[in-house]
Amino acid sequence: MAVKIVERKPLTLAERTYIPQIVGALKTTWKHLVKSKETMEYPEQRPAIPPRYRGVPTLVKDPNGREKCVSCQLCEFVCPPKAIRITPGEIPPGAPTGHVEKAPQAFEIDMLRCIYCGMCEEVCPEEAIVLQNQYSMSGYSRSEMVNHKDRLYELGGTLPDSHLKWDKKKSAEDHGNAH
Amino acid sequence: MIGATSFSPLLLAAGAGADSFLERLPLVIRDTVAGVFPAPLQWLVGSTLSIVAIVAIFGGIFAGLTLVERKMLGRIQNRPGPNRTGPMGLLQPIADGIKALTKEDIVPRSADHLLHYLAPVALLAFSILTFAVIPFGRNLVPLELDAAVLYFFAAGAASELAIFMAGWASRNKFSLLAAMRALAQLISYELPLLLSFVPIIMLAGTLSMTGIIDAQAGWQLGFIPRWYIFTPWGFAAFVIFLIAALAESNRSPFDLPEAESELIAGHLTEYSGFKYALFFMAEYFGMIALSGMAITLFLGGWRAPLPFLEFIPSYAWFGAKLLVLLLFFIWIRGTFPRLRIDQLTRLAWKFLVPLALVNLGTAAFWSLTSGWSGALQLVRWALTIAMVIGPFVLLGRGLSGTHRPRTYRYA
Ligand code: SF4
Ligand code: SF4
Repeated sequence: MAVKIVERKPLTLAERTYIPQIVGALKTTWKHLVKSKETMEYPEQRPAIPPRYRGVPTLVKDPNGREKCVSCQLCEFVCPPKAIRITPGEIPPGAPTGHVEKAPQAFEIDMLRCIYCGMCEEVCPEEAIVLQNQYSMSGYSRSEMVNHKDRLYELGGTLPDSHLKWDKKKSAEDHGNAH
Repeated sequence: MIGATSFSPLLLAAGAGADSFLERLPLVIRDTVAGVFPAPLQWLVGSTLSIVAIVAIFGGIFAGLTLVERKMLGRIQNRPGPNRTGPMGLLQPIADGIKALTKEDIVPRSADHLLHYLAPVALLAFSILTFAVIPFGRNLVPLELDAAVLYFFAAGAASELAIFMAGWASRNKFSLLAAMRALAQLISYELPLLLSFVPIIMLAGTLSMTGIIDAQAGWQLGFIPRWYIFTPWGFAAFVIFLIAALAESNRSPFDLPEAESELIAGHLTEYSGFKYALFFMAEYFGMIALSGMAITLFLGGWRAPLPFLEFIPSYAWFGAKLLVLLLFFIWIRGTFPRLRIDQLTRLAWKFLVPLALVNLGTAAFWSLTSGWSGALQLVRWALTIAMVIGPFVLLGRGLSGTHRPRTYRYA
């Protein structure tokens, strides 16, 4: 590509007096002075969160109130900054959801490590961990910034679920055609 | 006792104009309070009252101005400015004051403690001194001096000393650099500042503020006030004065001594807490005083702009003009980027000083031709305007024409 030399134009007389520029600058700031402000009064006004926003990762329950996580620990393995710590636990066989067999005993996400990448949501086979709308996390100490299981469920709440795969599995089992 | 004429009820009947009740109210209050005291003490009480009034009123203006400035700069950037403290952020100055008072006052161990302590005090004292001679209203001159203009600039120039004191005493390289810059800047701009109003002293024939305001009395064609700004040379002088005043009060775009990006906070780097607030206050006082001076010299002082508006008390007009000038300064601060130090001094020495000197001749011509009338009057205007614009254009062309590629020298 050929080099294109752009000649620097000599300044006109008006430009050399600086006056048009000074007046123009004052005019620009004046326009902004009378323009309406664009600040969002944050705690009172909240930004509209677009769908699929990647906020704080949370744990969700299914519409029947069953905790969806089966503590497979896939999210723990995939999490790039190793923010997740899971202690797997067992569901006693007699319980209503005993056929699920596993649930987390403890589930911690260290929000000081989390980079909001969404890998955990991506990898979860149970759609149990979801990055939702919550965007403001603050605390006075490091330990406050670790979300424990209860807090995760509190933040996550219940999401609609059309599969209800464990219920289907159970009814299939009951009707004798498991697997 | 200063400017004291005792209050007579007859004057009330005069109603509008020079002797209306509102016009005399400040003096009446002062004289009434002073009258309570025995005669030998009256002048003392009267002066003390003036001092208290000045410190209180301008302290209040300073507090309000910090808020207005932040609000206005905010609006220029499309944001609301401080709006959390009190309704619409109106209590912000109080919060700032409490914060400044309760902050820890840190003095560097190797600093010169006495000078470090004295610098803000001296700066504030010098800037308050300048208020003494500004006529705030028809009879509201705290101190009637024959050489008031000289006094004003003598007191104002002393603030350079205080700034250098601050920079030197801090024992901090940024402070010292800033102090040297401040000296270079303030001394450079002292010259155009002084030269810009020499024509006025020449034409008014007096160094007293009251005399200068009296020289601006009356109207041309019945409605254009005879303020100096409405003459070609007066306008040029006003612009030079304004630029120099901006530089003298360390305001953006000439705030080089405290250029944050290069010098942290300049000579204020090692100051904290209330001393910092004092510096801040002195800076604003300096700006207010220089605006008051600009009003007195160029904008007719406390005079009303139109004949039928004279019923409004003179101090209200002074206040209104002051407000307009201060808002203009804030507007300028929100608009222009900072100059480089070489550009700054070049502007002063190569541009403003010659222009101010030429302006002296223009004003002399104006005063010599004051007898011209009729068509000659038009010639007089045309010639003076040419004498203002010609040197401006020539200087501008000459200065920008000689630019070679910049060479760097390392000190
Ligand atoms: S949240 Fe999902 S991926 Fe993580 S352990 Fe529970 S089921 Fe497995
Ligand atoms: S969002 Fe990313 S970083 Fe945060 S917990 Fe999930 S996988 Fe880990």
